[in-house]
Amino acid sequence: MTGLQDKLTPAQVEEFGRELDEIRQRIVADLGQVDVDYIHNIIKTQRALEVAGRGLLFAGFFPPAWIAGVTALSVAKILDNMEIGHNVMHGQYDWTRDPALSSQKFEWDNVAPAENWRHSHNYMHHTYTNILDKDRDIGYGVLRMDPAQKWNPYYLGNPVYATLLALFFQWGVMLHDLEFDRIVKGERKWSDNKEVGLKMLKKAGRQVGKDYVLFPLLTGPLAPLTFLGNATANLTRNLWAFSIIFCGHFPADVESFTEEETENESRGQWYLRQILGSANITGGKLFHVMTGNLSHQIEHHLFPDIPARRYPEIAGEVRAICEKYGLPYNTGPLHKQLFSVAKKIVKLAMPWNGEPRTPATVESDKTLRAA
Amino acid sequence: MTALVPRRARRLASLAEALLTPHGMDRYLELVDPMLVRREVRGLVTGVRRQTPDTVTLTIRPSRAWRGFVAGQYVRVTVEIDGVRRTRCYSPAGSEHDGTLELTIKADPQGLVSRHLNRTVTTGSVLGLSTPDGEFTLPSPRPRRILLLSGGSGITPVLSMLRTLADERHEGDIAFLSYSNGADDALYRAELADLSRRLPGLRVVHAFTHAKTGGDLHGFFSKEHLAEAAPWYPDAETFLCGPKPLMDSVREAFEADGLGAHLHTEEFTPPALTFDTENAEGQIRFARSGREFENSGKPLLEQAEDAGLKPEHGCRMGICFSCTQIKTAGCVRNAKTGETSSEENEEIQLCISVPVGDVEINA
Repeated sequence: MTGLQDKLTPAQVEEFGRELDEIRQRIVADLGQVDVDYIHNIIKTQRALEVAGRGLLFAGFFPPAWIAGVTALSVAKILDNMEIGHNVMHGQYDWTRDPALSSQKFEWDNVAPAENWRHSHNYMHHTYTNILDKDRDIGYGVLRMDPAQKWNPYYLGNPVYATLLALFFQWGVMLHDLEFDRIVKGERKWSDNKEVGLKMLKKAGRQVGKDYVLFPLLTGPLAPLTFLGNATANLTRNLWAFSIIFCGHFPADVESFTEEETENESRGQWYLRQILGSANITGGKLFHVMTGNLSHQIEHHLFPDIPARRYPEIAGEVRAICEKYGLPYNTGPLHKQLFSVAKKIVKLAMPWNGEPRTPATVESDKTLRAA
Repeated sequence: MTALVPRRARRLASLAEALLTPHGMDRYLELVDPMLVRREVRGLVTGVRRQTPDTVTLTIRPSRAWRGFVAGQYVRVTVEIDGVRRTRCYSPAGSEHDGTLELTIKADPQGLVSRHLNRTVTTGSVLGLSTPDGEFTLPSPRPRRILLLSGGSGITPVLSMLRTLADERHEGDIAFLSYSNGADDALYRAELADLSRRLPGLRVVHAFTHAKTGGDLHGFFSKEHLAEAAPWYPDAETFLCGPKPLMDSVREAFEADGLGAHLHTEEFTPPALTFDTENAEGQIRFARSGREFENSGKPLLEQAEDAGLKPEHGCRMGICFSCTQIKTAGCVRNAKTGETSSEENEEIQLCISVPVGDVEINA
């Protein structure tokens, strides 16, 4: 695999994998009522915020009510998508056998149908994390996010596409599964999308129906204000989700891999790739909740099916293991990580930034430990 | 106008569903009160009494979605224990003509759910319920002569039949032969005494297996007991529920007399599953989770669990159908009946299906 991994002997990689497995087993054995109570509380909060937000918009003629309503609704949508939807659909609560928390049955407040997302995200992205041409999260099929993606003039628009993707992120997540880029390249036929497309239409119809038709109509003369309020809440969630998710894998120093490098990976090597390919964001407790604990992207990628509320408690141990094996643990405050992502998006629009970079991690152990 | 109200209510409900998409109304209603849900059945415990030291009798008011049950059927009861939902089957003991639900649950010393229910349920608890299921029911029209035979907590489905027949003012002969260890374990004695006063054709016989006094009959089931309790039993339809040894000896007696067709049974104790772990071969594949492993010869549910999967399941004995999944390819043998089936895209119960060679499950 990459340079850094060559520094570890196969036995070390195996030992490293075993240490991570131990953390996992300890947490799995400890799961219980407190985890269920936690997610039930988050769900209660989310539903209450949603009801309050929708209710306040009935008084939307009064500006403070409109602002409060939009804020409540935005937070509700963020919680629904991130701390509840993303995590439940990862199977983090399947052990409870509660149908309302079942990864196979849960549907989120997002135009992307849960079933399609489980394929594109849970399966494709989490199995092939940061493997070029396999992990379709690298640029979502529209952006150049890695120097190894061959430059062409289309990529001059990289910053523009990224901005559009951030604004319409839920639609981007939905269309992601159609694999337009592969259709353009002729690797996939239009007709392959019929079934997926129908599901999208149905789900998107319902979501658009409630946010942009039914709720506005119900508020009568306030319809334009309600429409605008719901659109703002969706936009806020889009910008937030895009920011958090792009900080998860694309800050500088996060590595990507080729298919050849990752053939016949052992479990330890798989863990290694998850760590090298992910980045965390530092912040307070509320911040972590609002990101769905994806601020602990590294821990999430190691253990995607462990309840996310457990990531903060194991982060220290994971970091210590990384230090022990001389591995980077990429983390930083939101503004720093975001700036790093933005810089990459702009830089990679240009043809002269085409050389795949040598992983910074092999250059010196000093930068590695400071990361 | 009366016809318009439900239609209008339905329209309002579907508007509410559209407004509350994707979660639906129940996920909001249950936060206000778990009994308000519309699609799932739940039960509010309105009464708790203890007839014997190791049983609890619950009176339950089911939520709106409940459509009643037929005497002899069972319901799946779901409770949360340490954050995990657990489901078990119990037969209601009350009359099918009664709107409430009565369950009597014996605490099995090894039983997670039965012990939990005995320990923790109080008035005001809310339990998850299923719609009722099961074929162990009285035929319609009712047979003229009916023998009801039970052992221990197996009394509940047959008592339900008796109470239903009492509500229907059944005029034929009914014998109720109930086995228990002794007077301390005998369930529903007062109710049975009350019923025999109300139903002229009813004869209640208490048989104690471990006590020499206090009952009408003593010792384990025998043909003499049968002749004593219901001399006309060859003319009757017999309904039996109880522990396996009782079921086996009754079945044997009826088979010997060529009366097997008149004996109807319900089993709540796990049957002895037959499987062979020595000569197992083939690959098992759980398609959706992508998990693949060697067939160990055990039932599929156990194999899946051994492989780290957690399929939905309930009774683990082939009666509740919670673990039903679609078998997309391969052949399985039903460990209860020995029947094999190799149809594609067939629904099978994981807990009692043993793979014969390669099998693929869509789960």
